[in-house]
Amino acid sequence: MKNFTYFRPTTAEQAVALLENRWGNTELLAGGTDLHDLQKEYVAQPSRVVSVTGIGALAGIRVDEKQATIGAGTKLAAIAEHADLRRHFPSLCEAASDIGGPQIRNMGTLGGNLCQRNRCWYFRDEHTPCLLKGGQRCYALDGENKYHAIFTQGRQCVIVNPSTLAPALIALGAGVNILGPKGRRSTDLAKFFFSPANANDREHTLAANEMVLEVTIPVRNWANASYEVRQKLSYDWPLVQAAVAFQGGRNGAKATGVRIVLGHVAPTPHIAEAAMKALEGRDITDANATAAGRAAAEGAKPLSQNAYKIRLVEVAVKRALLMAAGMKRYWEM
Amino acid sequence: MSDSKDKGGLSRRGFLQGSGAVAAATALGTIPTGASAGQQAGGNGQQVPGMGPNGVKLSLNVNGRSMNTTVEPRVTLLDALRNYLDVTGCKRVCDRGSCGACTVLVDGKPVYSCSMLALEARDKPIRTAESLVAGAKLDAVPEAFARFDAQQCGFCTPGFVVAMKAVLEANPKATQAEVERGLCGNICRCGTYEQMRDAIYSLCNQQRRT
Repeated sequence: MKNFTYFRPTTAEQAVALLENRWGNTELLAGGTDLHDLQKEYVAQPSRVVSVTGIGALAGIRVDEKQATIGAGTKLAAIAEHADLRRHFPSLCEAASDIGGPQIRNMGTLGGNLCQRNRCWYFRDEHTPCLLKGGQRCYALDGENKYHAIFTQGRQCVIVNPSTLAPALIALGAGVNILGPKGRRSTDLAKFFFSPANANDREHTLAANEMVLEVTIPVRNWANASYEVRQKLSYDWPLVQAAVAFQGGRNGAKATGVRIVLGHVAPTPHIAEAAMKALEGRDITDANATAAGRAAAEGAKPLSQNAYKIRLVEVAVKRALLMAAGMKRYWEM
Repeated sequence: MSDSKDKGGLSRRGFLQGSGAVAAATALGTIPTGASAGQQAGGNGQQVPGMGPNGVKLSLNVNGRSMNTTVEPRVTLLDALRNYLDVTGCKRVCDRGSCGACTVLVDGKPVYSCSMLALEARDKPIRTAESLVAGAKLDAVPEAFARFDAQQCGFCTPGFVVAMKAVLEANPKATQAEVERGLCGNICRCGTYEQMRDAIYSLCNQQRRT
């Protein structure tokens, strides 16, 4: 990798002051599992690296009656193992405990998981001048695209967002607190992600001189679950993920406030509006969950090699809904 | 180092004062804002020193010993251990955080040393496969590997035994399934997983069901 100057601030303000107002020359370093890969491939060539691991206050989990707050520097392993988080948000903890292997979870952080670059093999290849590296075209559109997006309408670049925490968090109604040169701002995590189209874009809406401080999740005792369809049981990104959350839905109560968010099917976490509408105010039954799954896949425009993901969406949504409602996991029999 | 081009048109003093005021007004969480930023603004803008890009003095605590060398910031913990400090138990295979051959314990937890800067490991106890042997006496984990012939070429073995040791240290009563789950981040390309299972069963004091 290209050599760089290394900074290790001890407060978030110091870290933000070291950032620049354009991407590329200065990068934030948390767990390193994504950034160093990109540096070794010369896809990222920062001349300055600002480590946030010296900011002690950036890591930590607090859960009270109203909300949970998770610092951006919190390790994935700590999220997976946290008893209070698991009690309220099994979807989040299951998603965290299935990321990579133990080494990745001991290194990777919440902020890094949300802000990591995409896994498109054309983007990750130093010698392929794709849109996100200043090139003129997306090579996945008519190339090897079996792991790419199926909700492709209006997208110039057909990556999938690589975060598995994001769909779970968005379904739970999470917000994100951000620090920039003008101070703090907050936004819904649902509005945090972005469909990039050129070298000046990232997969999120942070400015180059901003950083994620923490994520907040309202505590509402809603049923929630995340289901991933994978090629391998461990150490892989999901092919498709469905994260759901709703009020009621158990013991004969109707499900209301239904949230269904898909991962790994679009350049951003994909909010399945039609499926949410289809299930709103209904019982969680096998038939209703199946119908919601079909609705979730509506409008997909797959590429040449990934139409298989449509069926996976239908199944993932159905299974996530049944899991959240505490119903029998017929696929585990 | 020079910090002059980093502010994007904002003066450091102006930025710090601004962010401090906003933070004090909102007081959202645990991340310290007001006090430290205010102090800095009042204290002539204390700067975060940069290290490198030239060689930086590095002291690491490896297997209970303090070791010193000089590395550029880009040198990973793996390369610092192997190429600068001659601690060669950890192996460089994929160098991309995928295979687990470089696994070491940092603060008692298994990590990929290929994906961590050496500078990030300062002030933290580091343990490598070398820590699992004292004189002629092998630790129980590598001893079980030897007894059950759980390696062929052996290049992945130091990563596997370190990852397995971490599981058993965290929970001496770990089940076979828990130990296996702790090895998800390691790959053996010779495919000696079945013999590794035998070693795991023996470490968990269980009979292998066939």
